[in-house]
Amino acid sequence: MPDAVPAAATTATIALEVNGRVHRLTVRHHWSLLDVLREQLDLTGAKRGCDRGECGACTVLLASRPVYSCQVLALQVGHRPVVTVEGLGESNILDPVQQAFLDNDGAQCGYCTPGFVMSARALLDDNPHPSDDEIRQALAGNLCRCNAYGRIIQSMRAMRDAAR
Amino acid sequence: MQPFQYIEPKSLDEAVALLAAQPGETQLIAGGSDLLSEIKEGVAAPRRLVSLAGIPGLRGIRETGGGLELGAMTTIAELAQHPAIRACYTALAQAAEELATPQIRNVGTLGGNLAQRPRCWYYRHPQTVCLKKGGDRCYALAGVSKYLCVTGGDRCYIVHPSDTAVALSVFDARVEIAGPRGTRTMPIGEFFIGPGQDLLRENGLEPGELVTRVLLPGQDEIPLGPPLQRGVGGISVPVRSLYLKARERETGDFALVSVAVAVALEGDTIRQARVCLGGVAPVPYRARPVEEYLRGQQVADVDAAHAGSLALPNPRPMADNGYKVPLTANLVTRAVGEVMSGG
Ligand SMILES: Cc1cc2nc3c(=O)[nH]c(=O)nc-3n(C[C@H](O)[C@H](O)[C@H](O)COP(=O)(O)OP(=O)(O)OC[C@H]3O[C@@H](n4cnc5c(N)ncnc54)[C@H](O)[C@@H]3O)c2cc1C
Ligand code: SF4
Ligand code: FES
Ligand code: FES
Repeated sequence: MPDAVPAAATTATIALEVNGRVHRLTVRHHWSLLDVLREQLDLTGAKRGCDRGECGACTVLLASRPVYSCQVLALQVGHRPVVTVEGLGESNILDPVQQAFLDNDGAQCGYCTPGFVMSARALLDDNPHPSDDEIRQALAGNLCRCNAYGRIIQSMRAMRDAAR
Repeated sequence: MQPFQYIEPKSLDEAVALLAAQPGETQLIAGGSDLLSEIKEGVAAPRRLVSLAGIPGLRGIRETGGGLELGAMTTIAELAQHPAIRACYTALAQAAEELATPQIRNVGTLGGNLAQRPRCWYYRHPQTVCLKKGGDRCYALAGVSKYLCVTGGDRCYIVHPSDTAVALSVFDARVEIAGPRGTRTMPIGEFFIGPGQDLLRENGLEPGELVTRVLLPGQDEIPLGPPLQRGVGGISVPVRSLYLKARERETGDFALVSVAVAVALEGDTIRQARVCLGGVAPVPYRARPVEEYLRGQQVADVDAAHAGSLALPNPRPMADNGYKVPLTANLVTRAVGEVMSGG
């Protein structure tokens, strides 16, 4: 496909808030949020699985809601804050969701894990005591090729029950 | 992704002017959850995207004269969670809840849902140029037709993919459209057009036009009858309604067949009924024989299985989608039965 539009008209400078820090970035209009996180900010926690909004490996929080960062343009973000898996926890302390996945073997190869963790974080921020069904609904937009679903759900249950 | 220019106009007039200026090269973007896939696959190749995100007043749900006004930029998640929609337009809340995945519901909008392009995989393939893309043949005829239509096909055999459209149809919703010649509204049943009318598009939007709002009538305007459910915040709509969706996977999947049913009761008599099907035709398909059968019946006398058998009067299944005919009958039977027993 020829680059039909002159590059100057398709480049913009934006201020992007990621994990509490505002970055001034020059981006092409067609770059997705995932492109910018991975290629410009070196935040490689969000993974590129399908790049079509179908697998959930690229899930991040946009204004506290989980979204597929591969299907959102960087320019669509505007002033809304973005949180990636790197933004969870403290430097040496994992977020309780991450710890629960670790303690309960909630991952096999781990490729899907950052996406699941972000969907899980969003659920628990809204609803600290989700039912099993609410857990399944909240994670329904994330696929795991290793079929670790049993352990993923188990991690969530353990967390919920510990919070009781 | 192929490069394009992204513009975020601050007013509706500006958006309409941008869209009308170079209609072939310019496309609207709302959430982008459908359009960006089309661009990545090379199925759409706009040089310019006009976003609706910066235009005030297009997002949100407002109560108006007994009904609701749904802004085109309202997200699917917002529709699913809204108390008045859940209470009074239950089928719409259910359709929104069953749609796609949480991540898509958080960005996908109502306008984008109504105007999304079909999922026929020959159309979606980067290298096939079928009739819908201006080519000379339908590849589905010699290919796999499992997910295509069983009625209403005419050279092209897509099904309309929108879940919200099916639910909105049973509430006699109207679609408000802005364009170069001002604003117009039309019944949702006239908004969608089949391949017999135009092979290249699925709705009647003209170049430069866009959906601004969807209007859900209240009890004063809806020809359905007296209030049955008292709603929230002064809204009351006289209907019991329900949406059921059959699909292969429980999540992230389009409907194989879906059905929305709404009935208005007066005592135990059905004063009015609306039944609409998804996944069976190139447009949301009103099952009028079922509506006629239900109208005037006593609730206790309704034979749900008979209602189901009336849903598709002259089905014309393709090679691989005959299963949709009994599936439709069964789903309508279940939906009618559930609505009669209290919805
Ligand atoms: C994995 C997956 C599963 C999905 N499952 C479902 C499902 O089960 N049911 C379902 O119904 N959909 C489903 N979708 C389709 C779609 O993403 C959603 O329907 C969503 O609501 C589209 O809205 P959007 O704002 O993202 O649209 P966009 O991608 O921004 O736009 C879609 C199209 O509509 C046009 N458009 C957008 N807004 C307007 C407007 N106001 N006026 C006129 N034209 C407009 C755009 O130009 C574009 O052609 C799914 C998508 C994916 C990727
Ligand atoms: S059904 Fe329509 S969209 Fe699919 S291949 Fe045939 S013409 Fe193209
Ligand atoms: S990479 Fe974004 S959903 Fe798969
Ligand atoms: S752990 Fe391997 S994809 Fe989920």
